[in-house]
Amino acid sequence: MMVETLQALQQFLPGFLIPHFNWLVQLGDQLGESMFGTYWPDLFTLVWTLVKVLIIVSVLMFALSYTTFAERKIIGWMQVRIGPNRVGPWGLFQPLADGLKFLFKEVVLPTKADKIVYLLAPVFSFGPALIAWAVIPFSDFLVLADVNASLLFVMSITSVSVYGIILAGWSPNSKYAFLGAMRSAAQMISYEVSMGLSLVVVMMVSSSLNLVEIVEGQGQGLFADMGLTFLSWNWLCLLPMFVVYVVSSFAEANRAPFDLAEGESEIVGFHVEYSGMPFAVFQLGEYTAMLMGCTLVSLLFLGGWLSPVSFLPDSFLWLFAKIFAVLVLFFWVRATFPRYRYDQIMRLGWKVFIPICLIWLAVVACWMLSPWTIWK
Amino acid sequence: MEFRTLVFYFLATILIFASLLVVTLRNPVHAALNLVLAFFTASGLWILLQAEFLAIALILVYVGAVMVLFLFVVMLLDIDLDRLREGFWSYLPLGALVALLVVAEMSLVLSAYWEALESDVPQVEVGYSNVQAVGRLLFTEYVYPFELASVVLLIGIVAAVALTLRSKRKTKSVDPSQQVFVKAKDRVRLVQMAAEKDD
Repeated sequence: MMVETLQALQQFLPGFLIPHFNWLVQLGDQLGESMFGTYWPDLFTLVWTLVKVLIIVSVLMFALSYTTFAERKIIGWMQVRIGPNRVGPWGLFQPLADGLKFLFKEVVLPTKADKIVYLLAPVFSFGPALIAWAVIPFSDFLVLADVNASLLFVMSITSVSVYGIILAGWSPNSKYAFLGAMRSAAQMISYEVSMGLSLVVVMMVSSSLNLVEIVEGQGQGLFADMGLTFLSWNWLCLLPMFVVYVVSSFAEANRAPFDLAEGESEIVGFHVEYSGMPFAVFQLGEYTAMLMGCTLVSLLFLGGWLSPVSFLPDSFLWLFAKIFAVLVLFFWVRATFPRYRYDQIMRLGWKVFIPICLIWLAVVACWMLSPWTIWK
Repeated sequence: MEFRTLVFYFLATILIFASLLVVTLRNPVHAALNLVLAFFTASGLWILLQAEFLAIALILVYVGAVMVLFLFVVMLLDIDLDRLREGFWSYLPLGALVALLVVAEMSLVLSAYWEALESDVPQVEVGYSNVQAVGRLLFTEYVYPFELASVVLLIGIVAAVALTLRSKRKTKSVDPSQQVFVKAKDRVRLVQMAAEKDD
């Protein structure tokens, strides 16, 4: 078990190390077998999975901290400012300084708060955002858990993070936080509907719930045969759904122009009673959700790791480039649009997006059954 | 003992503890949170049985939607904890009776299938998609019950709309589609006045 799994790693090693590596693997396998007996294969799978989880989480945390930095820099350039430039060369150590600052701030526990739930709420908002990465494929083989219903898994896990908001509003026993939580939770639930409906269309055209299959289905079609793969991706044939999904993911991640939770100048959000590290965890949760949104847009509509033209090879670097492009779109929108009023947010979600989704759902269903179908 | 069995007992212990806490905890919000934990572990058990579609659907529907609305209601209600505590034990005889009845029914049903369950659970092969299996069954064998369920849901939606729909809007909120057509001259009137004489 262990020998086969680890031997697949050989290709990434320089040649002179391979015999030493193999010897180490054999030794580890024998040691494990002598110590744990029949439990060894299962135990090894567990440890190996944990190692992979650790790698994904650490890369994600690094990306997360530099997303905040990139956001401040890019919005700065858009507004003809410099952005953070004091800590380290070009301000590169700014995320570290921010993290340290949060660590040294006092954690204020409101007197009448429900202490356990109060401290649990940030976990509820950050944890699910992390768990969802378990099924995200970075290329056709780089995936932690390739489950059949991976898209459904992502949807269900991200829908859990609404608990973080509700509990953060309820537990400190504050009316402002509670009203803010009600607003944000209602916003998330409303936009989950239009998001889910646009995903239904994606599932229909790729006839699969598996993210790897959804991406690979986008590599086929009329334009892909002509060498222009990027015209075969879902964004073109499902353009209304693409727009609805991107805008809904702004709202899902509580980002501008739907960031009522943070509308510091006019309205109070659900995390007013939080300070120090618990507040930072909410921010981390928001940024993870935003990265997740960008990744899902890239996977579902922009062809994931597929290369845009057929003479270049597919690679996970394409996926990272697409995620970054969508991320810059998020920043751009934040720097451009004024904040929506709450009733306008709800109107957009329920009265505009859901009808568009339902109509396009019917249109695509008829299109798929008609002789002019482009999905086989 | 197999690894799977170990995981099963781990999840089952949490499930039983969480369900006990749902019934015994005084604070309704805590009870609801424990119910969420119970749903999570139950879906873990289903994943252990390789029914990942059902497990994910359980989280999506119950944890993601039903319990959120439940928490909304529980939090918005003005709940007096002292009044809830009153007469908690007086429900014990009735509750015990119902519990016994449920246990008896379940053991009757389960004991009939127990032998079959032990031996005949088919191991699915790699690449088997139970999303497709569930879908095929829903749209062929169980298509009428499925359609019936959707009609019931539709009635629910219509009822919810009918209950909350008021005939005339009494709020003063603006209509965005008209709002965007407002010109500056509709809102601001510039007045030319002769300067006042200072005597």
